[in-house]
Amino acid sequence: MSLIHKTAAELGALIAGGEVTAVEVAEAHLDRMAEVEPKINAFLHIDRETTVEQARAVDARLGAGERLGPLAGVPIAHKDIFATADMPTTAASKILEGWRPPYDATVTSRLRAAGLVILGKTNLDEFAMGSSTENSAYGTTHNPWDLTRIPGGSSGGSSAAVAAYEAPLSTGTDTGGSIRQPAAVTGIVGMKPTYGGSSRYGLIAFASSLDTPGPFARNVLDAALLHEAFSGHDPMDSTSVDAPVPSVVEAARNADISGMRVGVVKEFGGEGYQAGVLARFHEAVELLESLGAKVVEVSCPSFSTALPAYYLIAPSECSSNLARFDAMRYGLRVGDDGTRSAEEVMAMTRAAGFGPEVKRRIMLGTYALSSGYYDAYYGQAQKVRTVISREFEAAFHQVDVLVSPTTPTTAFPIGERADDPIAMYLADLCTIPSNLSGNAAISVPCGLADEDGLPVGLQIMAPVLGDDRCYRVGAAVEQALESRWGGSLLSKAPAL
Amino acid sequence: MTVDTHMPYDEALARFEPVLGLETHVELGTASKMFCGCKTTFGAPPNTQVCPTCLAFPGSLPTANAVAIESTIRIGLALNCSIAEWCRFARKNYFYPDMPKNYQISQYDEPLCFDGYLDVEVDGRTVRVEIERVHLEEDTGKSTHVGGATGRIQGADYSIVDYNRAGIPLVEIVTKPVEGTESLAPDVAKAYVTELRETLRSLGVSDVRMEEGSLRCDVNVSLMPRGASEWGTRTETKNVNSLRSVERAVRSEIERQAAILADGGRIIQETRHFHEDTGVTTPGRSKEEAQDYRYFPEPDLVPIAPDPAWVATLKEALPELPSVRRKRLQAEWGVSDLDMQAMHNADAFDLVEATVAAGAPAADARKWWMGELARRANESGVALAGLPITPAQIARVTELVASGALNDKLAREVLEGVLAGEGSPDEVVERRGLRIVNDEGELSAIVDQVIAGNADAADKVRSGKIAAAGALVGGVMKASRGKADAARARELILEKLGVSE
Repeated sequence: MSLIHKTAAELGALIAGGEVTAVEVAEAHLDRMAEVEPKINAFLHIDRETTVEQARAVDARLGAGERLGPLAGVPIAHKDIFATADMPTTAASKILEGWRPPYDATVTSRLRAAGLVILGKTNLDEFAMGSSTENSAYGTTHNPWDLTRIPGGSSGGSSAAVAAYEAPLSTGTDTGGSIRQPAAVTGIVGMKPTYGGSSRYGLIAFASSLDTPGPFARNVLDAALLHEAFSGHDPMDSTSVDAPVPSVVEAARNADISGMRVGVVKEFGGEGYQAGVLARFHEAVELLESLGAKVVEVSCPSFSTALPAYYLIAPSECSSNLARFDAMRYGLRVGDDGTRSAEEVMAMTRAAGFGPEVKRRIMLGTYALSSGYYDAYYGQAQKVRTVISREFEAAFHQVDVLVSPTTPTTAFPIGERADDPIAMYLADLCTIPSNLSGNAAISVPCGLADEDGLPVGLQIMAPVLGDDRCYRVGAAVEQALESRWGGSLLSKAPAL
Repeated sequence: MTVDTHMPYDEALARFEPVLGLETHVELGTASKMFCGCKTTFGAPPNTQVCPTCLAFPGSLPTANAVAIESTIRIGLALNCSIAEWCRFARKNYFYPDMPKNYQISQYDEPLCFDGYLDVEVDGRTVRVEIERVHLEEDTGKSTHVGGATGRIQGADYSIVDYNRAGIPLVEIVTKPVEGTESLAPDVAKAYVTELRETLRSLGVSDVRMEEGSLRCDVNVSLMPRGASEWGTRTETKNVNSLRSVERAVRSEIERQAAILADGGRIIQETRHFHEDTGVTTPGRSKEEAQDYRYFPEPDLVPIAPDPAWVATLKEALPELPSVRRKRLQAEWGVSDLDMQAMHNADAFDLVEATVAAGAPAADARKWWMGELARRANESGVALAGLPITPAQIARVTELVASGALNDKLAREVLEGVLAGEGSPDEVVERRGLRIVNDEGELSAIVDQVIAGNADAADKVRSGKIAAAGALVGGVMKASRGKADAARARELILEKLGVSE
């Protein structure tokens, strides 16, 4: 099997055992990228020389006997929203075109320290606002399963890169489903850790109270290895949880779920859900039962109000977070010809630099926070958020994990929802509640929808700091399904 | 610029009742900024004390300065406030080039400290100024507008920004409306800021320098017609950079608003700027086109939840507050209100107290600091504390006087020597040879010499005109260059001339 088809755990072991070098592994992936990028467009920035140089440095560290983690020498692609000191960081926005941060994000620096080699920066919806990567200022990314379809979003470049074997691992951020939804529609694993379990330092903020960095991988164990490598308390992020990282790797290796209580969220299903998605989901629930789990139905009525609450809270925070892009200190500057005031230059820059979806959300948020509207919109949304958190808490008294389809539909065609923001927002219907409450949730592949042959994701939700449960149940499902399929779901994807 | 009409102060007071409000911003003297690790040294070259966080680079995050939170709680406690058991920072959103994030991390409806008071003495009367809130926020950068007549952004050719100040912890102290101060309103305002400044200084939380902007005061004034019960529209005067300006700004606003109201006009709710040179205020930004700051809880920071037990220990450990201390010192020293006021104005409490602690009687300590030393400080244009002499040295001088080794005249010479850098009081006495002549033989010789040289005066004394001895004593003092014990010299003169009193 070629290097690009190996798992991250396998690559780490081969490199550690001296059977291949990090440089060889990096080059194999760079070659794959060169081959498929014209079709996929997963990357915004590739710099072969920098990547090989990093790989060479890791080989030298390993050669010198330095003990690095299990992923030393394994390549990774970073969503272009994490600051990287040696590569541009744009958040897929014109307003940051060419910007090079003077520092690394905590996620980036921890993975560097663990010896991971950066292949490049991946595409996303501008400032992580979207569910399809169509909102990128630098062109959309294509789903490796069907190039006419979206790879999900906002972390669509990261999901596509892993699904297309351009990278064994990638990072993403999940604010309303931006890791789980792309993972689901590209047939890979994507995890949103507990809010605060992974540091936001150096992550360009969309909605501070929701943004959560997390891993993409082609299997549950690889995701857990990556999760463990960048997680843990960070004094640079006040909202980072000062608690031990849940033992996710151990959980991913222990696929025993007998006796576990699994709740099926009653409200996620029915109208608006694709039949093929529901069919695969119900099979997955049956599978869990056959593996020894006790399945019950759990009602969470407030989850139906999560989407509107999210579309008040997230835009409100973003309207403030994005105020810093004002042409004064970095990034794009428009209209500064010596005749205009700072205010005019700010306004012209923001008009030219932000795309339509970003502007829409800034305006929504500005309105929701306005004096006289605050209580009715932002204030009310925060109350809904509290109710949702309580419903999760109550549910987790009854069950160990909750399950649902990750997305109501499989990957939709590029352009289909581009002019219909509400339809686009519905892609995150099932994922948003976990962002509002901050609990952990993972998406694992659970088959292909009959009507279009595209991947379906199973979402497994666990309580705050119960991330290990996501991996344990995910690993059990993966093991059972792969033995049924005779390989990974991704192995069924058409060749590129 | 139009010149406003001002109504004479007494007339204004006769027709209207002033209501005051004061908002004070204090830059805390923490070593690092509020939300990042940058230094806070005043006067550093522009934009050298900055980092990704205080420049609002994408992805940077704030982390709260624990010392600043502690200092704010101590300020709240010193101002008799309740301390929140749980509160949050909030974002105040508005665009301005000297504010890197285009929002300020501040506090909104959940201040760290609230409902306190500060008592101030004005004209022998105690006025209780109630404190609405004390909250913590970050300072902005500093814009300099180049070109144009006003030094303000309107009409400037270009502006430059120094972000060194951006993110320095700033405490805002807001009073409740102060009513019933009548004609003393300007004095109450000044006394409040003075008392607040001393309180902050005693806490050691800020260097409270108004001229450097580490203490900034906004003065709110409104007037209501006599007999009315509803407050008038207020203005907020900024750029009030000294205690004297606080007083003048209040007075000027009262006079200006009275003239408008008496003329049937209405007061515009606006920000005004005080001008030190002319003593009047001019309009700034109007608040009627109200800025909507869109406050919401800061999601990048966790709530502050000070442990009540810890707050209690902070309260326990507060230093003696200035008003309490003044009462204690006055009782200990037994001095009049007027003397206390003089010492207060001269900033002499610390010096006198330290001198007393070093062994000097309170009356002597006060006499030297407020007399000879105050005069010299005044001459050389330095503060008392800036004189190159220590309380212990003053105490030594008083000791030498008490033991009879020096008289007041010699003591002044000793002080002069110490101030001139000639060493300790004992060294100056030694080097300048200033000890009183108490060698009987030496004094006797001087007396003989003076009697011989002043035969006329000596004869008068011999003939019973004892008053003439004064001239001879003077002669002895002159001959001894002031070092003789005048009383003993007089005894010797009378003895030698064979007369007695």
